[in-house]
Amino acid sequence: MFENFREQFILNFIDDNRWQYLTNGLLLTLKISIFSIIIGIILGFIIAVIKYSHDNNGNCKILNFICDIYLTIIRGTPVVVQLLIIYFVIFGSTRIDKSFVAIIAFGINSGAYQAEIFRSGLNSIPRGQYEAGRSLGFSSNQTMVKIIMPQAVKNVIPALCNEFISLIKETSVSGYIALEDLTKGGDIIRSRTYSAFMPLIAVALTYLVLVMILTQIVKHLERNLRKNER
Amino acid sequence: MNDNNKETKDTLIQVKNLCKQFGKKKVLNDITVNINKGDVVCVIGPSGSGKSTFLRCLNRLETPTSGQILFDNVDICNPKTDIDIHRQKMGMVFQQFNLFPHMTILKNLTIAPISLQHKSQEEAEEMAISLLKRVGLEDRVNSYPSQLSGGQQQRIAIVRALCMQPEVMLFDEPTSALDPEMVGEVLNVMKDLAKEKMTMVVVTHEMGFARNVSNRVMFLDGGNFLEENTPSEFFDHPQNDRTKLFLSKVL
Repeated sequence: MFENFREQFILNFIDDNRWQYLTNGLLLTLKISIFSIIIGIILGFIIAVIKYSHDNNGNCKILNFICDIYLTIIRGTPVVVQLLIIYFVIFGSTRIDKSFVAIIAFGINSGAYQAEIFRSGLNSIPRGQYEAGRSLGFSSNQTMVKIIMPQAVKNVIPALCNEFISLIKETSVSGYIALEDLTKGGDIIRSRTYSAFMPLIAVALTYLVLVMILTQIVKHLERNLRKNER
Repeated sequence: MNDNNKETKDTLIQVKNLCKQFGKKKVLNDITVNINKGDVVCVIGPSGSGKSTFLRCLNRLETPTSGQILFDNVDICNPKTDIDIHRQKMGMVFQQFNLFPHMTILKNLTIAPISLQHKSQEEAEEMAISLLKRVGLEDRVNSYPSQLSGGQQQRIAIVRALCMQPEVMLFDEPTSALDPEMVGEVLNVMKDLAKEKMTMVVVTHEMGFARNVSNRVMFLDGGNFLEENTPSEFFDHPQNDRTKLFLSKVL
């Protein structure tokens, strides 16, 4: 039994340096995840502020309309389809780095979800806080930056963490545009060695560890933010 | 109209033909009032009469449907007026206190003077602490709002508005959200303010405060000021039938 395990291990990971499929895949997965999270944060934040100020002050009607279309389309279609469209249709005629395409696709996708998270965070702050800021003479923007956002950030972190976790796992469909991410790496090993158990379990464990590390970081961050409150 | 409503050189706020509609519902109906420097005006009336809306129109937290509000002879209803400048001179105290929960008391009091009036931190803190001493809360500078009782929070909220050195203070039912035993401490602070000749417009259900501290009492119902008088006349010899009915219920 143990002999068999050892053999399998060597076959799947040691021979021909097959472990490199996993490490290179992991690096690519991390790269795609981190950059698309950043794009998502920026997009989501801007959209949330536009929608919040539209809902509360009636500003930016046209921008709000554009944001609504974006949210409807992105949330209404599968991320794989979006990825394929961006790769084969939008960038179809240009030679372009595939990982860049993936970052754009996942960033745009995540932005829609993060926009709703940020918006619910802003809405969770009582209207009275906004009015108190304005009544002191702060402009609408100053009130947002100094009073509403610092409070909203704390409320947003758990939901945002959730979104990051989904995003990391969603990048596993990058293989559809022939990117060798973590999932694809494991799958390549399987196709070479004809054994599924080891590579796929290794891939699953890697995702699990990634998510657990992220969860711990966020927990720590949350605790620190709460400490500042009282 | 009452003598108090004559326009004098001491007029601070002139409200002319103010109307406010929410959809089809008329909340304020052609209101004309002058508020003079040093006035302590109590606005009373049944709930839904438009008291709070009237007060919130005074610093444009509600945008009036029509009419004019002149503050320091500037029409603040004009969309071109920079309302933020004028709001700095109009302190507002809310029913729900609305302190900033993520800041210490000291930060709550100094953030606006430092960022809007460009005071130095020392200057702003010095003023905040001297005002805190007057309301007896100087030992709470480093607390957070959630650590204070409602009455303490409301006193801090008054101080926060005072830190901007306003020309007028607007109070929107400042004691309505408080436990009964905390009402007194807030009213005392307001009484002291009135003694110092601060101009105040107070929407309140505290008839005792209206009778003893204010110099004008106005009765608002259905979006109209039905009666206005000095407190003693108002409470002892109400003229309007609706006022009589209201007073018979609350006194």
